[in-house]
Formats: sequence, structure tokens, C-alpha cells
Amino acid sequence: MADKASPLLEIKNIKKEFFGNQVLTDINFTLEEGEVLGFCGENGAGKSTLMKILFGMDVIRETGGYEGEILMNGEKVDFATPFDAINAGIGMVHQEFSLIPGFTATENILLNREPKKTNVISEIFGERLNTLDRKEMDARAVEAIEKMGVSIDRGMVINEMPVGHKQFTEIARELSKEQLKLLILDEPTAVLTEKEAEALLHSVRGMSSRGIAVIFITHRLHEILEVCDKVVVMRDGFVVKEVPAGDTNEAEITRYMVGRNVDTNTDHSNLREEIKKDSLSDSSVIMSVRNLWVDMPGETVRNVNLDVRKGEILGIGGLAGQGKLGIPNGIMGLYEAGGTVVFDGKEIPLNQPRSCLDSAIAFVSEDRRGVGLLLDETLEWNVAFPAMQIQNKFLKYYLGGLIKWRDEEAIRAVTEKYVEELQIKCTGTSQKAKELSGGNQQKVCLAKAFALEPRFLFVSEPTRGIDVGAKALVLDALKKFNRESGVTVVMISSELEELRRTCDRIAIVSGGRIAEILPADTPSETFGTLMVSQVI
Amino acid sequence: MMNKTDSNKSTVQKIGGFLGANTVPIMFILICAVCIPLSGFSPSYLLNEIVTRMGRNTFLILCLLIPIMAGMGLNFGMTLGAMAGEIGLILTADWQIVGIPGMVLAMILSIPISILLGLICGKILNMAKGREMVTSYIISYFINGVYQFVVLYLMGPVIPIKHSSLKLPRGYGIRNTVSLLDMRQKLDDLIPLTVFGAKIPVATFLLIAVLCLFIVWFRKTKLGQDMRAVGQDMEVSKDAGINVERTRIISIIMSTVLAGFGMVIYLQNMGNIATYSSHSQIGMFCIAALLVGGASVDRASIGNVFLGVTLFHLMFIVAPSAGAKLTGDSMIGEYFRVFVSYAVITIALVMYETKKRRAKSRMAEQLRLDQLKESEVAEQ
Repeated sequence: MADKASPLLEIKNIKKEFFGNQVLTDINFTLEEGEVLGFCGENGAGKSTLMKILFGMDVIRETGGYEGEILMNGEKVDFATPFDAINAGIGMVHQEFSLIPGFTATENILLNREPKKTNVISEIFGERLNTLDRKEMDARAVEAIEKMGVSIDRGMVINEMPVGHKQFTEIARELSKEQLKLLILDEPTAVLTEKEAEALLHSVRGMSSRGIAVIFITHRLHEILEVCDKVVVMRDGFVVKEVPAGDTNEAEITRYMVGRNVDTNTDHSNLREEIKKDSLSDSSVIMSVRNLWVDMPGETVRNVNLDVRKGEILGIGGLAGQGKLGIPNGIMGLYEAGGTVVFDGKEIPLNQPRSCLDSAIAFVSEDRRGVGLLLDETLEWNVAFPAMQIQNKFLKYYLGGLIKWRDEEAIRAVTEKYVEELQIKCTGTSQKAKELSGGNQQKVCLAKAFALEPRFLFVSEPTRGIDVGAKALVLDALKKFNRESGVTVVMISSELEELRRTCDRIAIVSGGRIAEILPADTPSETFGTLMVSQVI
Repeated sequence: MMNKTDSNKSTVQKIGGFLGANTVPIMFILICAVCIPLSGFSPSYLLNEIVTRMGRNTFLILCLLIPIMAGMGLNFGMTLGAMAGEIGLILTADWQIVGIPGMVLAMILSIPISILLGLICGKILNMAKGREMVTSYIISYFINGVYQFVVLYLMGPVIPIKHSSLKLPRGYGIRNTVSLLDMRQKLDDLIPLTVFGAKIPVATFLLIAVLCLFIVWFRKTKLGQDMRAVGQDMEVSKDAGINVERTRIISIIMSTVLAGFGMVIYLQNMGNIATYSSHSQIGMFCIAALLVGGASVDRASIGNVFLGVTLFHLMFIVAPSAGAKLTGDSMIGEYFRVFVSYAVITIALVMYETKKRRAKSRMAEQLRLDQLKESEVAEQ
């Protein structure tokens, strides 16, 4: 019923906003049968949101749906659930594995689609008591694995498989669905060895020759150039470039990915000036990190060496999952870590949060609600709690220190001071933290860290999930804190431009390692190249 | 040479791994090995006792396997099924239906009650994912209250009870003990067989065998496969289109219904119902027995059930007598076996958690080793 002229997939004017933030604007592209489309863009460019829309994920409907049209074979489709998308022939391999750990490859490939045999009992009690047809299951698994063209042991339990084979099991599962017309691979090579990645690219070619279209999302640009017919580059919710893979090169794609408004950057120029004035090259090193490894799930850090200079703002940037968040979390003792960290001439023992705090190092976590705040307590408590616990501030002593009471007045005074300074919007200092908006909660987290009067501050993703106005304020507050109190700040952020505006130097993390540390006024393209340099 | 040391090492590791994985059964074998000679019981007496208790308890323990398969841990809520079985038995006792027909009727009566209680329990457990064990434990106390209300106040005025021998002197409510004399060991003695002076309850064992076969078969069904999938990863199962909540509820209902049957078998062997206490400890002891057999919170097999029931009851039989011989006080053995049940459950729960944690820190260890290697290369 599909007429020849209409493409397999057509995306028309897709728009999406999350709580007033426009994350996708007028997305248009088409995909023919058997075509391989490379999809790239920085984190937050809108790739995953678009894929979620395409795959009918719950989160899209829960946040108000989307605008625009998706056409498959010329017919408008609107998937209410991922199952609708699957029935329409869309398969998706997510970044996180979606496999049952104790099942074999065969069992996973055919999960909930197992061929069955009826028996007497199932005739009475319903079809869920049909027994599984193991022979048929094996046959189908073999077929799917052959289709994929990469050989894996179908009888092996997922737990015992190397990571690459898990990935291939997922792909085989999608291929075993007969209706499959479009396969979305979200960073499929991120966990593969070089050889496996090659095998995968080969297999993508094979799928395409069978008429299955593939959307291939990756940060490894050479793969896109190698395997894709067409490249779509996204940035800030726009498609900035759609080009045949043969007509472009890595440098060009990188430029499109990060080179936002390179010419119109004048509004930040005054900030740049300020950074340049601070000549920090010969100031002394306050923290020196050697051979740091951190086991933070999804943000593994490997062999990081880093020197932080006294009084600077050092930015740590990089793509998600490359380990930038692992660095502060490891040093502060929240995740298991190894290596040496020397702060101000003294070595800090790792895996003991208290030792960092005692050395006047503070941390504003990216996990505001989990680690950062006591959600059910008042602002006063939130601001003063760490200072009270760690430094015995805001306490009154009775009976020669035998009894310690909270100094409520001092607590209120300090909270009021920060509420004013950081313009925290609240009904009063005794309001509960959970009642504030995200941006204001972030400010409370900062106030909490400031109240410790640290000499060194880690700030992790300070602007994640907060609106533009609050962003500027948070960043300015950080800068002011650094410049006026001389506190060394290490700021970790996914947003490169934000780092470039705020920091003196920026370290780019890629593949769990520091790719390079450069002055903040280095062009974005250079940073962009570094971000993808060692992606694993 | 290198290879040899490697293989030696791996053998040692394997033995260590085996010991580590089977700490509890090995501990029990050692305890029994010490206590058996001390107790002075003859082998034929021991065999007789063990066989009787196996027939009595195994069915009940087997009903725990299904929720474990569905990842819901040890089902303390099996007590609910036990209560349903007791209500069935009280009613048949009042209707004076005796022997095997009485048992069958009691089982049939227990089914709707078990299904209802299982449904309630399953629904609540779905709201408390990840905390199933403690929740089901508390539910069993809560439903115990409802059971007491039904048996103590409703039986008589609302649910007709004819025979005053069952009723409390005040005219309503059931007595502390209900005699099942006409049903006593009717199933056990249905097919008489004596081996080495030990009476074998053949028919009971046949029922147990049927249940074992059912469980083996059930694992091969679609529903069984779904339960295993749900038990290992609820999110993945949901994404694959499996109705996770429903599957979990079914597993609890099946366990509850089977527990009801198991309770009827258990009580026909005992010959009487302690109306207000028969069910109260049953969950605890069954779970302890299963754990003694080497099962864990997320893994249990039919083999675990049989090993567990044998070892646990062997200890139950010999400990009081061994204690009496050692200290002159049989209470010490009595005390010991209750103490051991709780200890076993505690150890099993702790081991389950530490195993999980160890698996987690293995990743960190790997990173540390990678780092060392890298630094060495850098130095060279």
C-alpha cells in the first residue's frame, strides 16, 4: 500500500519543549529504505529526545507530547507506546543494555516472543502455560545472528559475555523481529573493541543491503563517514546540517557540532577580557592529582593526572559518560577511587569524604536531590548543616563544651545573607528545600558550600536543569566567589560554552582520561575535537 | 610449570568458592555429625523420624520456590496459605467429612481463600518492590489478625459451626485445638510400606513428586520463563512487553495456594490443629529449612529443598537429646533449635547482601589493576 515515491521515514517540523525549554525546533529529514543515517551532535543537542519521540517513549507524552508529524511510508504515525513503534517496524538498541543477565543469548533475543507449544494444561488455564519450543527458539536465534553477520555464542549466559557480545545480542534481538524496517543504534560502538566495532559497521552495511534502514548515533565521526549514506548534525535542538557522507569530513562535522555562533560571540567578549587579565600561568599548584582512577558507574575515570592552580577556575568538560563527573566524586570519596591526591602539600586519603571536608574542600554535587539537599528540611538547616557538622560553626557551648546547642540566630543570619546574595526566591528562610524550584535549589546548594568557607570548591553541573536566568546568576555567583574570596574552583559541566565563559582553563575529559588542558579562549572547534578524541 | 601452579591455584579457588557458596549446609552437616553420636539415637529411629518429617514438610517448602523464581525473595507470606488451609480443615472437621475425601475438600475450600489472600499480598508487594521480604513478613502478622477475628468471632454466629466439640465453651469461636483424629495420617498410610523398620508415607511422597514435576515443567512454560525474566530484571521485562505486576501477583497466588495444600498435608500428619499457633511459625521454619539446604534469596532449587529439609530436621531431632546428654537439660536443645533457625535466616540474608556488594567492588579492583599496568608501562 506504500506508494513508491514516499520515503520510509519522514520527519516533518518536529518541535518539543520540556517545561518551557525548547529542546527541538523544526526538525526535518527523510530516510529511504535501506539508507544509513549518521546522527551526531553534542550532549543536549536533542538527539536522544528526537529518538524518544520516534520510539514513542512514555516520557514524551508525560511532558506534553510534541508538535509536528512523523510519516512512515507516507502515512502519519503517532506512537503512544514503544510497543506501537516496534509493531510499526522500528527497533532501537539503547545505550544501556536491556538484557536479562541470567538468560542465554537465545532467551534474550526472543524475550517475550518465544515460540510455544500448546499442551493440555494450557488449553484449560490459558496460553501462558504453553511450554517454550526450545528447538524453534534456537533456530530463530541462529537466523537472527546470521542476519547480523557477527558470530556470537547463542547458548552463553549474558553475565559471562564480554561487553561487545552483549551489544551484539541486543542487535540480534532487534533483527529477529520480522517486521523490522528501521533500526536505531544509540552509540553502539561505545563499548566495543576496535575489531568488534569494525564487525558492527560491516553488519550495518549488511542490514542496509537487506533493505533495513539504520539510524546510527555516535560520537566517533570516522565511523559515520565510513558507514553512513547521509549525515545529520544537530546542535541546540536544530538540525544544522544534512549532507551526504561522501561530501564532508570529520573537521567539518566537528565544526557544525560545536561551532555555535562563532561570529556572534561578541556578547561574551567582555567576560573573556576578564579572564585574560588574570595571568595565572605562574601561580602555584594547590591540588595535584596523580594516576587517579574512579569506579563511578557510567563515569569511569582512568589514570587522570591533573594540576589545579591556586586561585583559578578550572573547567572540566567532555561528553556524557566519559568520566568528567567521576573526577570530583572520586576525589571527594563518594565512589571508590585510587591514586594520589595532594592538596596544599598534604596528601588526602581517598575514599574518606570526611578527610576532604576537613581539608576545607567543598563539593556541590550534580545530584542535587540525592546528595546535595536535605529536601524535607528548611533552608536554614540546609545552608548551615555541613558547616555545623564539619566545622562546629553556628553552635553555642554550655557547661564548658559538654553540651552543644544550635545557634539559631547565627544560622538564620547566614541563611538570610545568602538568600539575598544569591537571590534565592523563597517565602522565608524556614521554607522547606523541596518546595523550591530547581534553579533555587541549586543556589541553596551553592550557599551550603559557601557557608563552609572552603579554600577549594568542586562544582559539578551547576546549571543542569535550570533556566537561563538562574544559570547566569549561578555562574556569576561562582565567579564572584572565586575572584573575591580567592577560592580555587573546579567546575564540571557538559556545556562547553558555559565553561568557556566562566573558566580560566578547561580540561577536556575523553575516555576517562584528560585529553588536554587549554586556556578558555581556545576556539570551540579545538575543544570539540578533543572531546571525541579518545572516546571509548 | 607456570601452567601447573595456575591450575593448582584455580582448584584451590574452586574449592574455596564451593565452600563459600555452601557455608550454611556445610555448617549444618558438621553440627549434625557432632550431635548424632551424642544423641545416642539408633539409625532406624533417625530414619523413621526423618522420613516422617520429610513427608510432613516438603510440600510446604516447595511452595517457596516460585516467588524466589519471580525475584520476590523468601515468601514469608506463605503463612497466608497456611491459614487458608486451616480454615478449610476446620470446616471439614465440622462437617464430619473424614479421611482422604475430607483432605481433598479442605484443599478445595482453601483455594478461593488462598487466591484472595495471595491477590491482596501480591498487590501490596507490587507497591513495595525491593522490600518484598519484610513486607510479606508484616502482612503475615496483619492477616493473622484477620484470621483470628474470623475464627474467634465469626465462626459460630456468622459461619455456622454445628459441633460444640469444636467451639469454645462460650458458644462461638473455635477451641485452641481442633482434633483431626479421623484424618490423622490417612494420606501417609494410604499405601503402606515399611523399609528398615521405617514407615514410608508413600502417597505423601507421590504428591510431593507430582509437585516437583510440576515445578520442573512450570519452569519450561511461558509463564515460568516470564517469572524468571521478571525476577532478574523488572525494567527489561517490562520493556519487552511482559506484564511485570501481573506476573508477580500470579507467582504469589501460586505460592499461597500451594502453601494451603501443604498445610493440609502437614496437619493430617500431625493429627490436630493448634488453631491459633499452627501457622505462626510455619513460614519461619520452612524458610530456615530451605536456606539450610543452600538456597539464597534469589536462587533455590528442588535439591536445596530436600537437602534442607533433611539437615534441618536431623538437627531438630538430635539437638534436644544431644543437649540433654551434654548438660542434663533438654531445654538447651530446644532453645538451640529455635535459635539456629533465626541464625540461619540472618546469615543467609547477610551473605546475600555481601555477595551483591562483592560483585560491585570487583569492577573497582579491575580498574585498580588496569591502572597499575598502565603506570608500569609508563615507567618503562
